Amino acid sequence: MNNRLKVLRAERNWSQGDLATALDVSRQSVNAIETGRYDPSLPLAFKIAETFGLTIEEIFVSPSKDA
Amino acid sequence: MHSSYVSPAARRYSLRVIVLMLIYAVALIGAVYAFKHHLIGGPLAWIVGVLPALPIIGVFAAIGLYLVEEGDEYLRMMMVRQTLWASGFALSIATVWGFLESFELVAHVESYFVAILWFAGLGLGACANKLTFGKGGE
Repeated sequence: MNNRLKVLRAERNWSQGDLATALDVSRQSVNAIETGRYDPSLPLAFKIAETFGLTIEEIFVSPSKDA
Repeated sequence: MHSSYVSPAARRYSLRVIVLMLIYAVALIGAVYAFKHHLIGGPLAWIVGVLPALPIIGVFAAIGLYLVEEGDEYLRMMMVRQTLWASGFALSIATVWGFLESFELVAHVESYFVAILWFAGLGLGACANKLTFGKGGE
Protein backbone atom coordinates (compact mmCIF):
# COMPACT_ATOMS: atom_id res chain seq x y z
CA MET A 1 0.00 0.00 0.00
CA ASN A 2 1.45 3.34 -1.04
CA ASN A 3 1.92 5.89 1.70
CA ARG A 4 3.54 9.20 2.64
CA LEU A 5 5.56 7.88 5.57
CA LYS A 6 8.96 8.75 4.11
CA VAL A 7 7.91 12.34 3.39
CA LEU A 8 6.28 12.72 6.80
CA ARG A 9 9.40 11.39 8.50
CA ALA A 10 11.61 13.75 6.51
CA GLU A 11 9.43 16.73 7.48
CA ARG A 12 9.99 15.88 11.14
CA ASN A 13 13.62 14.91 10.62
CA TRP A 14 12.96 11.43 12.03
CA SER A 15 14.96 8.37 11.07
CA GLN A 16 13.26 5.01 10.57
CA GLY A 17 14.68 4.04 13.94
CA ASP A 18 13.12 7.11 15.60
CA LEU A 19 9.72 6.23 14.18
CA ALA A 20 10.17 2.58 15.15
CA THR A 21 10.88 3.62 18.73
CA ALA A 22 7.84 5.90 18.79
CA LEU A 23 5.65 3.06 17.48
CA ASP A 24 7.32 0.41 19.65
CA VAL A 25 8.06 -1.78 16.62
CA SER A 26 11.24 -2.86 14.85
CA ARG A 27 13.01 -0.71 12.28
CA GLN A 28 12.43 -3.54 9.81
CA SER A 29 8.68 -3.05 10.30
CA VAL A 30 8.89 0.66 9.55
CA ASN A 31 11.01 -0.04 6.49
CA ALA A 32 8.59 -2.69 5.18
CA ILE A 33 5.55 -0.45 5.72
CA GLU A 34 7.26 2.62 4.25
CA THR A 35 8.30 0.79 1.09
CA GLY A 36 4.81 -0.70 0.67
CA ARG A 37 5.95 -4.29 1.13
CA TYR A 38 3.86 -4.75 4.25
CA ASP A 39 0.40 -3.36 5.04
CA PRO A 40 0.01 -2.63 8.75
CA SER A 41 -2.95 -3.88 10.76
CA LEU A 42 -5.67 -1.34 11.55
CA PRO A 43 -4.45 -0.84 15.17
CA LEU A 44 -0.90 -0.16 13.93
CA ALA A 45 -2.18 2.14 11.18
CA PHE A 46 -4.07 4.13 13.83
CA LYS A 47 -0.95 4.26 15.99
CA ILE A 48 1.07 5.59 13.03
CA ALA A 49 -1.61 8.19 12.30
CA GLU A 50 -1.73 9.29 15.94
CA THR A 51 2.06 9.53 16.08
CA PHE A 52 1.99 12.00 13.17
CA GLY A 53 -1.19 13.71 14.39
CA LEU A 54 -2.94 12.89 11.12
CA THR A 55 -5.72 10.61 9.93
CA ILE A 56 -5.01 7.23 8.33
CA GLU A 57 -6.23 8.54 4.96
CA GLU A 58 -3.71 11.39 5.12
CA ILE A 59 -0.88 8.86 5.37
CA PHE A 60 -1.99 5.78 3.43
CA VAL A 61 -3.33 5.77 -0.10
CA SER A 62 -6.41 3.58 -0.54
CA PRO A 63 -5.57 0.76 -2.99
CA SER A 64 -8.91 1.36 -4.75
CA LYS A 65 -7.99 5.02 -5.35
CA ASP A 66 -4.34 4.35 -6.16
CA ALA A 67 -3.75 4.99 -9.88
CA MET B 1 17.84 1.63 16.44
CA HIS B 2 20.25 -0.66 14.60
CA SER B 3 19.28 -2.88 11.65
CA SER B 4 20.17 -5.99 13.66
CA TYR B 5 17.44 -5.17 16.18
CA VAL B 6 16.29 -8.23 18.09
CA SER B 7 12.92 -7.99 19.80
CA PRO B 8 12.58 -9.04 23.46
CA ALA B 9 10.40 -11.98 22.35
CA ALA B 10 13.07 -13.07 19.86
CA ARG B 11 15.71 -12.84 22.60
CA ARG B 12 13.62 -15.05 24.88
CA TYR B 13 13.07 -17.48 21.99
CA SER B 14 16.82 -17.72 21.32
CA LEU B 15 17.55 -18.32 25.00
CA ARG B 16 14.89 -21.04 25.21
CA VAL B 17 16.25 -22.77 22.09
CA ILE B 18 19.83 -22.68 23.44
CA VAL B 19 18.73 -24.21 26.76
CA LEU B 20 16.63 -26.84 24.96
CA MET B 21 19.54 -27.76 22.68
CA LEU B 22 21.82 -28.23 25.70
CA ILE B 23 19.17 -30.50 27.29
CA TYR B 24 18.86 -32.32 23.95
CA ALA B 25 22.61 -32.97 23.79
CA VAL B 26 22.65 -34.38 27.33
CA ALA B 27 19.50 -36.48 26.75
CA LEU B 28 20.75 -37.86 23.45
CA ILE B 29 24.22 -38.74 24.72
CA GLY B 30 22.71 -40.31 27.84
CA ALA B 31 20.14 -42.33 25.90
CA VAL B 32 22.66 -43.56 23.31
CA TYR B 33 25.08 -44.57 26.09
CA ALA B 34 22.35 -46.36 28.06
CA PHE B 35 21.08 -48.33 25.06
CA LYS B 36 24.54 -49.10 23.70
CA HIS B 37 25.65 -50.57 27.03
CA HIS B 38 22.30 -52.34 27.66
CA LEU B 39 21.88 -50.51 30.94
CA ILE B 40 18.11 -50.26 30.70
CA GLY B 41 15.11 -52.33 29.77
CA GLY B 42 11.36 -52.59 30.19
CA PRO B 43 9.32 -49.44 30.80
CA LEU B 44 12.46 -47.42 31.63
CA ALA B 45 13.74 -48.04 28.09
CA TRP B 46 10.61 -46.38 26.72
CA ILE B 47 11.07 -43.37 28.98
CA VAL B 48 14.76 -42.98 28.12
CA GLY B 49 13.96 -43.55 24.43
CA VAL B 50 11.51 -40.67 24.46
CA LEU B 51 13.79 -38.26 26.38
CA PRO B 52 15.75 -36.89 23.36
CA ALA B 53 12.45 -36.10 21.63
CA LEU B 54 11.19 -33.89 24.46
CA PRO B 55 13.57 -30.92 23.93
CA ILE B 56 12.81 -31.07 20.19
CA ILE B 57 9.11 -30.83 21.00
CA GLY B 58 10.13 -27.99 23.31
CA VAL B 59 11.58 -26.11 20.33
CA PHE B 60 8.24 -26.41 18.53
CA ALA B 61 6.60 -25.01 21.66
CA ALA B 62 9.22 -22.23 21.83
CA ILE B 63 8.31 -21.19 18.30
CA GLY B 64 4.65 -21.17 19.28
CA LEU B 65 5.45 -19.09 22.36
CA TYR B 66 7.45 -16.67 20.22
CA LEU B 67 4.45 -16.18 17.93
CA VAL B 68 2.27 -15.50 20.99
CA GLU B 69 4.77 -13.15 22.66
CA GLU B 70 6.06 -11.21 19.64
CA GLY B 71 4.39 -7.81 19.80
CA ASP B 72 5.78 -6.67 16.45
CA GLU B 73 3.22 -7.83 13.88
CA TYR B 74 5.66 -7.66 10.97
CA LEU B 75 8.26 -9.84 12.70
CA ARG B 76 5.46 -12.21 13.71
CA MET B 77 4.38 -12.50 10.08
CA MET B 78 7.98 -13.26 9.07
CA MET B 79 8.08 -16.19 11.51
CA VAL B 80 4.66 -17.43 10.36
CA ARG B 81 5.95 -17.42 6.78
CA GLN B 82 9.06 -19.33 7.90
CA THR B 83 6.96 -22.00 9.63
CA LEU B 84 4.77 -22.36 6.53
CA TRP B 85 7.88 -22.89 4.43
CA ALA B 86 9.21 -25.35 6.99
CA SER B 87 5.96 -27.34 7.08
CA GLY B 88 5.59 -27.44 3.30
CA PHE B 89 9.22 -28.44 2.80
CA ALA B 90 9.31 -31.16 5.47
CA LEU B 91 5.93 -32.66 4.63
CA SER B 92 6.62 -32.67 0.89
CA ILE B 93 9.93 -34.49 1.24
CA ALA B 94 8.48 -36.89 3.84
CA THR B 95 5.57 -37.69 1.51
CA VAL B 96 7.79 -38.29 -1.52
CA TRP B 97 10.24 -40.35 0.54
CA GLY B 98 7.38 -42.38 2.03
CA PHE B 99 6.13 -43.43 -1.40
CA LEU B 100 9.64 -44.19 -2.66
CA GLU B 101 10.27 -46.23 0.48
CA SER B 102 7.02 -48.21 0.13
CA PHE B 103 8.00 -49.04 -3.48
CA GLU B 104 11.37 -50.16 -2.09
CA LEU B 105 13.30 -47.62 -4.15
CA VAL B 106 15.03 -45.94 -1.22
CA ALA B 107 16.26 -47.02 2.19
CA HIS B 108 14.24 -46.61 5.38
CA VAL B 109 14.82 -43.36 7.21
CA GLU B 110 13.85 -42.76 10.85
CA SER B 111 10.83 -40.50 11.12
CA TYR B 112 12.59 -37.98 13.39
CA PHE B 113 14.31 -36.77 10.24
CA VAL B 114 11.05 -34.94 9.47
CA ALA B 115 11.86 -32.62 12.39
CA ILE B 116 15.36 -32.05 10.96
CA LEU B 117 13.81 -31.26 7.56
CA TRP B 118 11.37 -28.89 9.28
CA PHE B 119 14.21 -26.98 10.93
CA ALA B 120 16.02 -26.83 7.57
CA GLY B 121 12.75 -25.50 6.15
CA LEU B 122 12.84 -22.67 8.69
CA GLY B 123 16.16 -21.66 7.16
CA LEU B 124 14.66 -21.85 3.69
CA GLY B 125 11.80 -19.66 4.91
CA ALA B 126 14.27 -17.12 6.25
CA CYS B 127 15.94 -17.01 2.81
CA ALA B 128 12.53 -16.65 1.14
CA ASN B 129 11.73 -13.75 3.49
CA LYS B 130 14.98 -12.01 2.57
CA LEU B 131 14.31 -12.50 -1.14
CA THR B 132 10.71 -11.29 -0.86
CA PHE B 133 11.10 -8.51 1.67
CA GLY B 134 14.71 -7.53 1.04
CA LYS B 135 16.55 -5.93 3.92
CA GLY B 136 13.33 -5.73 5.93
CA GLY B 137 12.92 -9.50 5.83
CA GLU B 138 15.19 -10.09 8.78
